[in-house]
Amino acid sequence: MNRDDLDEQAHRYQSDHNAGINQEVRVCMAASCQSSGALPVFDALTHALTAAAAPTCRVKGVGCMGLCSAGPLVAVAAPDAALNTATLYRDVQPDDAPAVVAAALGSDNVTAAAAAELETRRIPADLPFFAYQQRLVLEHAGVIDPDSFSGYVAVGGYAALVQALTEMTPGQVIAAVTASGLRGRGGGGYPTGLKWSTVAKMPPGQKYVICNADEGDPGAFMDRAILESDPHRVLEGMAIAAYAIGANKGFIYVRAEYPLAVERLNTAIRKAKKAGFLGNHLFETQFNFDVELRLGAGAFVCGEETALMASIQGLRGQPRPRPPYPAEAGLWGRPTLINNVETFANIAPIIENGGEWFAAIGTERSKGTKVFALAGAITNTGLIEVPMGTSLRTIIETIGGGIPNGRAFKAVQTGGPSGGCIPADHLDVGVDYDSLKTLGTIMGSGGMIVMDDSASMVDVARYFMEFCMSESCGKCVPCRAGTQQMHGLLDKIARGQASHADLSLLEQLCEVVRATSLCGLGQTAPNPVLSTLRYFRHEYEQQLQLTGV
Amino acid sequence: MTQHRSQPALPSDDKRWKIVNATMRRTGYAEHALIEALHSVQDAFGFLDETAMTFVAESLDLPLSKVYGVATFYHLFTLKPKGRHTCVVCTGTACYIKGSTALLDGVQQQFGVTTGGTTPDQALSVLSARCVGACGLAPAAVIDGQVLGKLDADKLLANLAQVVTQ
Repeated sequence: MNRDDLDEQAHRYQSDHNAGINQEVRVCMAASCQSSGALPVFDALTHALTAAAAPTCRVKGVGCMGLCSAGPLVAVAAPDAALNTATLYRDVQPDDAPAVVAAALGSDNVTAAAAAELETRRIPADLPFFAYQQRLVLEHAGVIDPDSFSGYVAVGGYAALVQALTEMTPGQVIAAVTASGLRGRGGGGYPTGLKWSTVAKMPPGQKYVICNADEGDPGAFMDRAILESDPHRVLEGMAIAAYAIGANKGFIYVRAEYPLAVERLNTAIRKAKKAGFLGNHLFETQFNFDVELRLGAGAFVCGEETALMASIQGLRGQPRPRPPYPAEAGLWGRPTLINNVETFANIAPIIENGGEWFAAIGTERSKGTKVFALAGAITNTGLIEVPMGTSLRTIIETIGGGIPNGRAFKAVQTGGPSGGCIPADHLDVGVDYDSLKTLGTIMGSGGMIVMDDSASMVDVARYFMEFCMSESCGKCVPCRAGTQQMHGLLDKIARGQASHADLSLLEQLCEVVRATSLCGLGQTAPNPVLSTLRYFRHEYEQQLQLTGV
Repeated sequence: MTQHRSQPALPSDDKRWKIVNATMRRTGYAEHALIEALHSVQDAFGFLDETAMTFVAESLDLPLSKVYGVATFYHLFTLKPKGRHTCVVCTGTACYIKGSTALLDGVQQQFGVTTGGTTPDQALSVLSARCVGACGLAPAAVIDGQVLGKLDADKLLANLAQVVTQ
């Protein structure tokens, strides 16, 4: 099969898939909207559409549309049309189904009261939450049915894989990824092209590709949404990576806490295999690629790459010193490429449009877009995707809709337990890997927790230290004992029983644990303390004064 | 020539062992599929006891100590039976900021159990999770696999009362 054959197949899927359909009603079936009651809404809509006997319209379950706080979300749009062309409704209830169907069909077969009621839930087309986003990784989220293989091919899915396999050499694929300037989306920001070329240069033989879907940072749900909304996109990115580095086997390591993502990935893998898009001799080439799913079992440290590989091998998820890096000696000692879900989801458009196209988005040293999960004290909680370099103010005040309940912004926490807090003075900074580092935090995987003026920063630091303490795997002493001691000191400060000597001991410990821990968990565990000390030292000192020493 | 190793007999005629065995057979009794095997035991029986761990160890040709080591390393595996219902309160950052502590306190007071414990009548186990990924609906809890969002202690207790009395 070559590119033309695939295009033809896509057209066929498109015409089969969308035959006679000119409108569709989409219901968000991602985890968040399901908890808000999307399933009964889906059933009610199906029922209402059957009652209306309109064969030109269909109800479709789709992935995440982003505005989780307003769920269940329903969209009315032309078949497979982009999300920004859809009419969106918030907080839809099963009772609204007839009115939604009437709106989709443009009919007046509904009571005026019901139509007026629905109108109050219509999300304005120019709502800043959507207007300021640039959806690249999430382009299919909320558009296609994640369980449908033909639905993915119909919107151009797998074209990049076919293009890479039939028209490009592995070297050209790596060159395109390098030219794109894409950096790892798991948090570290290591240049993806460089990582790929390192593994590709290893002597031929068994190599592996791993997708890190162990999204352990509390407050982060980007990877979950991508897997639940567009699983084939991740498989496609992995297959392209495998071709580029010469691997024939891939693993996706996903958290067991994400049952829906696991289910959809299993479906996607099964359907891709059945259609011959995974397996042996893909598209009549010599390239073989197979993917296996591995479940985590609730250990934060398994997000660290060497711990993750130990876990895939059925061992306790404990990290080991690097070097050797996984690129050299990874799974079962073989060269291994590990990238995050969002990194793989960026690959297909880079191959199709070229590295230069991608490099034109974003800032000088951070290219492309980034998906962020907005949570905490913010009006619009949910998932957004913006170009790198978008200011925190735009993200929090404009897209996020500001702080609810008449309270004031205090800080935004990025990077989870490895990151830090950014205060109001720095809201105008454009978000990229380097600017956040300068501010004493990290990009991390993309979780942003907003805190209002009721939050105590000592308490926040203690919360994260408690997290690191209980998630420490216990292998190295600085992390195992250090997090325990730091938590004890933070707790003492928070209870107002600490002295100045305790605070300076805490600062010393931060330095020791940062410098001497074995893996990223321990090395970054002091970050929440250091960053809150940097911007909110007065809060610590207020707590000390309670003792009078 | 590789020697064929015989598989141990199922611990009892409980049908659930067949499911566990099928999982291990599918992965060719490979020792690296240990975590998958333990997941399938826990899905079938709700917890891992010594019989189960011994069976898995023998099937995968691993020392029992190693199986025990893995089972106790990962938070999701439990060596104690759970109650008929479970309530998992999310304590991720977003939920914490929005008051998950009050949810946990409420449940603990109402049912008189601490986190990780089960009521004496085996009706309810109370657990906490690091993050269930429902941050957009914080604070969240999961009752018997169903995620409930935008909770407060009263709402959570009302939901629990319905489930537990059933």
